[in-house]
Amino acid sequence: MLLIDTEACIGCGLCEDNCPFDAIHVVDGKAVVNDSCTLCGTCVDHCEVAALAIERDESEAIDLAAWSGIWVFAEYRGGKVAQVTNELLGVGTELAAQRGVKLAAVLLCDQSGDVPQQLIAAGADIVYTVEDPALADFSDDAYGNALEDLARKYKPEVILAGATAIGRSFIPRVATSLVTGLTADCTNLAIGDDGHLHQTRPAFGGNIMATIMCPKHRPQMATVRPMVMKANTPDPGRQGEIIVETIAPVRLQSRARVVRTVFSEGEQLNLSEADVVVAGGRGLDTREGFKLVEELATLLDGAVGASRAAVDSGWVGYPHQVGQTGKTVASKLYVACGISGAIQHVIGMKSSEIIVAINRDPKATIFDVADYGVVGDLFEILPRVIEKIKERRS
Amino acid sequence: MDRVDHFLTEDQQMIVDLARQITDEMVIPNRARYDETEEYPLDIVEALAKSDFFALFVPEEYGGLGGSCYDLVLALEQIGRGCVGIATAYAASALGAYPIIVGGSHELKSKYLPDIASGKKRAAFALTESNAGSDAGGIQTTAVLDGDEWVINGTKQWITNGGHAHLYTVIAITDPSKGARGASMFVVEADDPGFSCGPKEKKMGIRCSATTELIFRDCRIPKDRIIGRQGTGFITVMKTLDRSRPGIASLGVGLAQAALDESVTYAKSRYQFGKPIISFQAVQHMLADMAIETEAARALVYVSARHIDAHPKDMSKASAMCKVKATDVAMKVAVDAVQVFAGYGFMREYPVEKMMRDAKILQIYEGTNQIQRNVVGQELNKEYT
Amino acid sequence: MRIVVCIKQVPDAKDVRLDPVTNTLSREGVKSVINPYDRHAMEEGVRLKEQYGGTVTVISMGPPQAKAILSEAISCGVDDAFLVSDRAFAGSDTLATTYTLAQAIKKSGAVDLVLCGKQATDGDTAQVGPGLAARLDMPYVTCVKKISAVEDQLMRVERMMDDGYDEVEIDLPALLTVVKEINVPRFPSLRGLRKAKAFDIPSYSAADIDADPDQLGLGGSPTWVVKVFPPECKGERSMIEGSLEEIADKLAGILSDSAYGA
Repeated sequence: MLLIDTEACIGCGLCEDNCPFDAIHVVDGKAVVNDSCTLCGTCVDHCEVAALAIERDESEAIDLAAWSGIWVFAEYRGGKVAQVTNELLGVGTELAAQRGVKLAAVLLCDQSGDVPQQLIAAGADIVYTVEDPALADFSDDAYGNALEDLARKYKPEVILAGATAIGRSFIPRVATSLVTGLTADCTNLAIGDDGHLHQTRPAFGGNIMATIMCPKHRPQMATVRPMVMKANTPDPGRQGEIIVETIAPVRLQSRARVVRTVFSEGEQLNLSEADVVVAGGRGLDTREGFKLVEELATLLDGAVGASRAAVDSGWVGYPHQVGQTGKTVASKLYVACGISGAIQHVIGMKSSEIIVAINRDPKATIFDVADYGVVGDLFEILPRVIEKIKERRS
Repeated sequence: MDRVDHFLTEDQQMIVDLARQITDEMVIPNRARYDETEEYPLDIVEALAKSDFFALFVPEEYGGLGGSCYDLVLALEQIGRGCVGIATAYAASALGAYPIIVGGSHELKSKYLPDIASGKKRAAFALTESNAGSDAGGIQTTAVLDGDEWVINGTKQWITNGGHAHLYTVIAITDPSKGARGASMFVVEADDPGFSCGPKEKKMGIRCSATTELIFRDCRIPKDRIIGRQGTGFITVMKTLDRSRPGIASLGVGLAQAALDESVTYAKSRYQFGKPIISFQAVQHMLADMAIETEAARALVYVSARHIDAHPKDMSKASAMCKVKATDVAMKVAVDAVQVFAGYGFMREYPVEKMMRDAKILQIYEGTNQIQRNVVGQELNKEYT
Repeated sequence: MRIVVCIKQVPDAKDVRLDPVTNTLSREGVKSVINPYDRHAMEEGVRLKEQYGGTVTVISMGPPQAKAILSEAISCGVDDAFLVSDRAFAGSDTLATTYTLAQAIKKSGAVDLVLCGKQATDGDTAQVGPGLAARLDMPYVTCVKKISAVEDQLMRVERMMDDGYDEVEIDLPALLTVVKEINVPRFPSLRGLRKAKAFDIPSYSAADIDADPDQLGLGGSPTWVVKVFPPECKGERSMIEGSLEEIADKLAGILSDSAYGA
């Protein structure tokens, strides 16, 4: 619980001002906490007189030293290794070097072919391969049990997976079974001076960043946003060890079975790979207003993106959503129209090379990440810009 | 408290709040689209049904929530604030159900009202013909008993919910020799043989509400579909309209309120000569008159609805008075709202243009305001004998 | 079929803003609402009940104020609701949360189907659904966009994937997390509101659900938040100013050059 040293507290109110949950107030000159407190620790960080502390269990839970090595779950579906797996091997290489341990990839599939060699080329020192027909389709039961069993056997200190549909689905189950912590959707990973994995992600609705660690449990587990980490340049000559594992058949039985897989390639929106993205937000006011964004995107041969507000308003479908709960893009040009710049959105587009923001509110946080900013009325500016671009092209 | 307090009960406030929520979240965001496409707002009508708004006007013993006039008025005011067209698509079922409620046998009520209350079946009211509007004496549709069946022939005109209702309450002449006492009302189901609907009319306002002809060609219906006794048709129609008019009045209050809300908001944000236009007295006085008239209309509608709930046998005058007042106010306030918006008000981009188009029908349907004044006059004549 | 739906009270995303001065979340005037994804879970539960019979119970873990969302759930057609609330739950991460919810669900009786929203908009972890399934030892499918068939001990559902969707057959009892595409949630009903007004929502403490204190709240949470900080700014940017014509001209130049290459 939150400990308040009433002797030290000077009633300055910094804790009250900074609490994201309205859970601490100064009453009669002293801080008082209420039931809304989530023990996030923001007040502790802001207290200048060290009057606040969070009481934690300081006992050592498990033998941390028994757990060693960095693991990456290699996502393999439809005959392809997911791009995020290469990115995880990229960041994994750095983490393994800092810890002085090996980087391993775990491949669950029915036939591995040359995939283990690809994973080694991308940075893995070891590839644990399980081949079984039961692993042909993704299944939470079979994949979860397999990864759990391997983790219990080899005791890695870190397990990373992509924050993809598959990773987000079965990794929480593995963490729960292993009774350890899991941080979702990380955008930054680093080994701290304390030797623990420091995992950073947007928190509290995506408006603020939080660094999280798992100091007394192993493995330390995290899912990582695609398109955020940098992959290694593949080295086909790289040497590594391939260890073939088998999992007990009973552990590969699944209570949920894939009957059919439908790949929607035709309608698939290439937002993540688009060079140009024109995105719209609440500032477009209506579905009609949003059409301006679509027109500009078409004109620039780009894809249409949207903030959560625009998607929630029904102006455009969810596949267009950019942000923490949508797609991450790293386009050459990103044009943000009427988007205020909540971190939930920014996290999905800030890696773009050139960011242009148009917003009527000069204080909109989107300008903080923009290379070019325009304060003004979209409904005046966009039609003129569209005309001028057409003139230039003709 | 920004409006005059009418001291609603907790239950009435609940009706207002829910109607407001549906209006804000579903009606207002979709009204311009429905106005443009003139499509029947089925999704919104179904949402209102799921939220029990069709139960509001049906008595409890037939699966409803009581059928108080005041409750319905409160709900309709909110929906009308969003869109009178969508509100009309909803209110038309109440109008279509009232003949059964006021004149139907227990069997007829048991057969139809529970499905109307749940929204499973929508109703429509069919009175008007090409030669019979305000003068119901001109009705030419006939119903003749043939064995166990009535055979209906004729054409009804401008029937709201035509093509989207599951049942129609229809007035037809059963004894041409008896004049007004020779008309009877019937329930016709949408799939009865010989019944069909014409194409949707193109209207100035309330464009999403469906308005069609109903065509009866040897339309045969079972004998027991008659509402009440033979010859009671006109009485049923009069009782129906007496009950339904406060609903139309409340649409007027809702529309006036919406036009006022839009106007004040606009007048505060529109700058001319370096000042928001609300700071000019010419504009202020217009807004003040709009607010005064709207509150006055609301007060009369609420009081009339409560009077009608308390005195079901003496409702004609109250019903007619509130209909005239509130719908005349709606028209005036909507026209003034367009004036406050000036050039922008004339553009379809802003909502007041549609409000002005929608307001006009309120002075016309369910009895023109001229006919309502006749009713008030006749009642006065009776009162002062 | 007995259906349990887990719902969470979250700040209305529309209202949350970053205070430009203190760089912290400004929650002033922020309404608390049902997590939007959970609304869809609730709606799906009510629809399943309407089609196949059974009951729907909603549960929420949170402060006493969370009774408001449970009451709202009652007005939207669910049959029963209870809150799990205790100061001992403060500081729960997803592992402690799934433990608490699992204890509460077990205590409430046998369950055929547990429904959750894909994720909560305040945490966005999407971990509670799968974790809860593991705790309850149930099979589960995440990101369900359609329930296409319900049989005796079986359900067929469609799961959204990054590159399309999977049709999955799952044994009951099971847990599903749902996405917004699955349905359009209904508004409250007048009858529901009357029921909700009369409904006294029970609140259960850690002891009531037979919880092991070591697995609750901060103590039961392996992850610790060690730092909270505002996101970095990009720094340098140039603002384009001038008349509408000038702005449009410059902007058209920048966009054309960046999009088509100079």
